[in-house]
Amino acid sequence: MELLVASSVGVLTAAGIYMVLRLRTFPVIVGTALLSYAVNVFLFASGRLAVNQPPILRDGVSAYTDPLPQALVLTAIVISFGMTAVVVIVALGAYLSSRDDHVNDRPDRPIRQDHQDRQDHHGGGEGAQP
Amino acid sequence: MSHWVIAPVILPAMMAAFIVLVVRFHPLLQRVFSLAGTVAILAVAAGLYWTTSDGTILLYQLGNWAAPFGIVLVADRLSALFVLLTSVLAVPVLLYAIGSGWDMRGRHFHALFQFQLMGILGAFLTGDAFNLFVFFEVLLIASYGLMIHSGGARRFRVGVQYVVYNLLGSTLFLFALGTIYAETGTLNMADLAQRIAALPMDDSAGIRVAAVMLLMVFAVKAAILPLHFWLPAAYATSPGPVAALFAVMTKVGAYSIIRFYTLIFPPDLAITQGLFDTWLLPAALLTLTLGMLGILGARRLDDLVAFAVVGSMGMLMIAISVFTPAGIAAALYYAVHSTLATAALFLLADVVGERRAGGSLGYDPAPPIPGSGLVAGLFFAAAIAMAGLPPLSGFVGKLLILNATMADARMAWVWAVILSTSLIAVIGFSRAGSAIFWKAYAPEATLPDAPPQPAEPAPPLDAAPRPTALPMVAVGALMALLVAVTVFAGPLQRNFAATAAQLFAPAPYISVVLETPGRTVGHDDGEGH
Repeated sequence: MELLVASSVGVLTAAGIYMVLRLRTFPVIVGTALLSYAVNVFLFASGRLAVNQPPILRDGVSAYTDPLPQALVLTAIVISFGMTAVVVIVALGAYLSSRDDHVNDRPDRPIRQDHQDRQDHHGGGEGAQP
Repeated sequence: MSHWVIAPVILPAMMAAFIVLVVRFHPLLQRVFSLAGTVAILAVAAGLYWTTSDGTILLYQLGNWAAPFGIVLVADRLSALFVLLTSVLAVPVLLYAIGSGWDMRGRHFHALFQFQLMGILGAFLTGDAFNLFVFFEVLLIASYGLMIHSGGARRFRVGVQYVVYNLLGSTLFLFALGTIYAETGTLNMADLAQRIAALPMDDSAGIRVAAVMLLMVFAVKAAILPLHFWLPAAYATSPGPVAALFAVMTKVGAYSIIRFYTLIFPPDLAITQGLFDTWLLPAALLTLTLGMLGILGARRLDDLVAFAVVGSMGMLMIAISVFTPAGIAAALYYAVHSTLATAALFLLADVVGERRAGGSLGYDPAPPIPGSGLVAGLFFAAAIAMAGLPPLSGFVGKLLILNATMADARMAWVWAVILSTSLIAVIGFSRAGSAIFWKAYAPEATLPDAPPQPAEPAPPLDAAPRPTALPMVAVGALMALLVAVTVFAGPLQRNFAATAAQLFAPAPYISVVLETPGRTVGHDDGEGH
């Protein structure tokens, strides 16, 4: 049991880090998702592993599993879900606006912001849409 | 139990929801409510600061649950100081955003602004480590929206880098918290302080790993050298007022380091001896050097200010990393000063961008900007403050830091780096100022050998709308605050010394959090059937 959980955390983390170091945004996002799975399993195991035991006080039960990591991991899942949605949208915006899904800046293709901002401002009447 | 402690979190949360749900199609009402909310937060923050300034520690138990089981918010001197600093900064920044029209160049600026305030203020007030993570995420997710406000290819590109980097930071934060929970069985900060102090020496490997991981997380937030890569591009690309608000976001990292490494892992704790102090100071010195070299190497005004943020965080970390009361007191003064100074510089850079023909912030020559005397004068003053020349607050802050590091064994290194990088910063700032404000070529109409033109001055080249007064009022307010921080340096410094003393005597904090009575069992069990 411990070996299984520990190695799954390790493999997920290693795969996540490898994916995060890729060049383009999609593998990087998959990498952050893998890392968040890894950390969720890790958090879940941080209250010690206990199988088939209730987290809430009951009559006639003496062994319990720790309920707090379950609450923590629920929070972490919700947050990482929201964050993944945000990063997908931002990455999509970056790809659609520059037709390029590299994560890094490319010295041969610099993008400057100035003109676009000020033109939006001076030219577009009420509140420009991106 | 004072309910005012939770007001800085509740108020912006309600205001953001109200703005996004009720007045989303009314720009004027959005501005009115956003400003009213921010001013109300400022009033509450001033009240909290006043209440805690005699050493009182205010505790708020959510749902009235007693401490290690329930989540608590705690306002002591340190929290109240940073809450006040954030809300003092937020008002001029919001005025600037309204005056310059930035808030209407995309959707939901005001709602995101309020959520950002909620996250920052909550992070300063919470007394629970996992809750700190949640508030970090709140402030980050709002900052993602604010950073790409009004869009653009470059902003999205940098936005992806910024979001991914901070997602990795959050993952590391969760790993650290999981390790801490596995080792101690609690995440309440006061409870952690007690339990970690009681851990046996030979069973401390896990907690030491967690302590270093946490420090790395906070170093990402505070942009300490090997982990600073996200900052320069993100801050330089953000809209001006957003970058100015972000000036306090790096301070969240600095605050967390001060809080965790005086309360939970104090410098005299046996099991973490030699873990932080050996490499935090060198990293801080490198950060300062890199920031100041960046000021010299920048080719654009916004890059320059972003590197000034990195440099100021290095300076702040030097003061923190000696972990003495004098060092922390100097760090607090420098944090207040550098937040105001970098915010003023970001706003001024945006003013220049708004008024310059073509909107370029590069050092290439361009026609002189309208009202260049005032803008240049304010830039001059803010640059003096940032570079740490007398008479403004940067000089006082630097003196305090030099003084605080005098007793340290590595004093020669610290003094040499601080003094030489100051010179580099002065050169960098004067180069930027002269390139932007002096090396301006006159528009052709006013060249001496050009044929005489009608008496009326030629309109600006791209017929920009007339600059309004509100942005300059906002910048002026920040500069006035800087002057006030300089003039009242003595009383402030006495106050910060008391704050540092409170941090290094954490027993009252722990007893207030853990010994205040509250509910420990649910209604059903407590009242009996």
